[in-house]
Amino acid sequence: MQDLADLYQAVILDHNRRPRNFVAMESPDRVAVGDNPVCGDHYTVFLRLEGDRISEVSFQGAGCAISKASASVMTSLLKGKTAEEARKIYEKFHQMVTTGEVDPENLSDLSAFAGVYQFPARIKCATLSWHAALNAVADPEAGKVSTEE
Amino acid sequence: MKAIETLRKDFPILHQQVNGFDLVYFDNAATTQKPRAVLDVLMHYYECDNSNVHRGIHTLSHRATVAYEAARERVASFIGARTEEVVFTRGTTEGINLVARAWGDANLRAGDRILLTEMEHHSNLVPWQLLAERTGAELIFLPITGDEGLLDLERLDVLLSDGVKLFAFTHISNALGTINPAGELCRRAREKGVITLVDAAQSVGHAPLDVMDLGCDFLVFSGHKMCAPTGIGALYGRFDLLQSLPPFHGGGEMILTVDWLHSDWKRAPHKFEAGTPNISGAIALAAAMDYLDAIGRDAIFAHDRELGAYAADRLRELPNLRLLGPRDERSGIVSFHLNDIHSHDIVSFADHRGIALRGGHHCTQPLMRRLGLDSTTRASFYFYNNREEIDRFVEVLSEIQTFFG
Ligand SMILES: Cc1ncc(COP(=O)(O)O)c(C=O)c1O
Repeated sequence: MQDLADLYQAVILDHNRRPRNFVAMESPDRVAVGDNPVCGDHYTVFLRLEGDRISEVSFQGAGCAISKASASVMTSLLKGKTAEEARKIYEKFHQMVTTGEVDPENLSDLSAFAGVYQFPARIKCATLSWHAALNAVADPEAGKVSTEE
Repeated sequence: MKAIETLRKDFPILHQQVNGFDLVYFDNAATTQKPRAVLDVLMHYYECDNSNVHRGIHTLSHRATVAYEAARERVASFIGARTEEVVFTRGTTEGINLVARAWGDANLRAGDRILLTEMEHHSNLVPWQLLAERTGAELIFLPITGDEGLLDLERLDVLLSDGVKLFAFTHISNALGTINPAGELCRRAREKGVITLVDAAQSVGHAPLDVMDLGCDFLVFSGHKMCAPTGIGALYGRFDLLQSLPPFHGGGEMILTVDWLHSDWKRAPHKFEAGTPNISGAIALAAAMDYLDAIGRDAIFAHDRELGAYAADRLRELPNLRLLGPRDERSGIVSFHLNDIHSHDIVSFADHRGIALRGGHHCTQPLMRRLGLDSTTRASFYFYNNREEIDRFVEVLSEIQTFFG
């Protein structure tokens, strides 16, 4: 049996209760929306860029504990990263939530999401805001990403 | 009604542990479980009688045809219709699409209106949107009163007057648990010459129902929400109305004679059943109806409402719980929002205590938006559920509040 505590680790519950960088940014350079129409999760990610580097990142929205905590952890991690670095972190994260394997070199708070892989229905919750953020970084015209497209 | 414990014995699936706990199955509005009697009929059909219907001369084909047509008679008697007024479908959704195509395309013009309600399931909304796009007709909506989820009946007569040709509404709301006064709605529509379609997905297997008493023109439902398998359901249509419509799908079974450029088709209901039908499903649906009538639909309805009221009372004990649906007279469906905890977190947690709930928009996205919600958590009961299960469920909700609090 999968354990609830594997899914809802203390770090996740904490970020869910007190999400970090949970504000609408004034005059962001990029904005992207992440939608999961199936469960109603809905987030907006705001980015400010300096050259190729993400200088500020914040988010707003609502959804389940997994999606909200994941967005919160993401905003803490992406600040100061280049687009390429952000993409690499996401790839490791994605690898972890789909296989359960944690990279020993580690992903800091992100490793709290390792248990998600035992709950296939919740993987999309964990990756939703990442899709929105990476999309916004890559594409100046970025708008909306949906789990259903 | 027989004792619940006795009835539970008829359902093999209920006797299992899920994640280390005795299963509590509270997702009956999505689909109900199937009793042994229905499973036996399915098995018997495939072991003894399986064959294609209508075209065969041999013995098995004859048996399958007789059983299939007897199932139609059983469905008719279950809902107070004539046998030729029952069309087998895949379920509620297909029934509504059939009416939207066959009746809608033939009868609606640009500017005509279709009246729906704000509490419709997507399956009683999207087919009408498609019809509106094809014909230029317009959709309008009878509002609900807010969280209580009652239809605003004072608005009905005005809305019905406005060039409305069809009024389609749900009998029992799958998202709110509201029991709509279907007979009154049909009567008021008929007074204005408006055709009615009743979505009985949540009511046929839960309450006594008679299409003559209701006075509806069309009624649709799904077998899988009333102890029968998935993939079978029925459409009731007033015979003269059915007979006046063009076919829905073309193919075998529905035709009399076929030529290169033209065909003649059978009378209703067979002209709406193109291709090999779901024979075993129809037979199993009839068996499910026998099973439900043996328990008694009055008793089932009373039990549903009793559990719905009990659950609502117990839920009101929890702080920060927003309960949707009527204060009194609700069906066995309770839908709610707890603190700011997302329904999928509640459902995952409850699942780990062996309780099957449903979270999400329940295929009523516009209704959720209208209520300012992204999703709700829903528990839906049937005659095999009991108060102890509800107590366990409320205890787990309280645990969830602490866990995510
Ligand atoms: C009120 C209502 N209408 C329609 C449907 C659609 O039924 P089906 O998916 O069996 O066609 C459902 C079931 O989800 C329902 O609850």
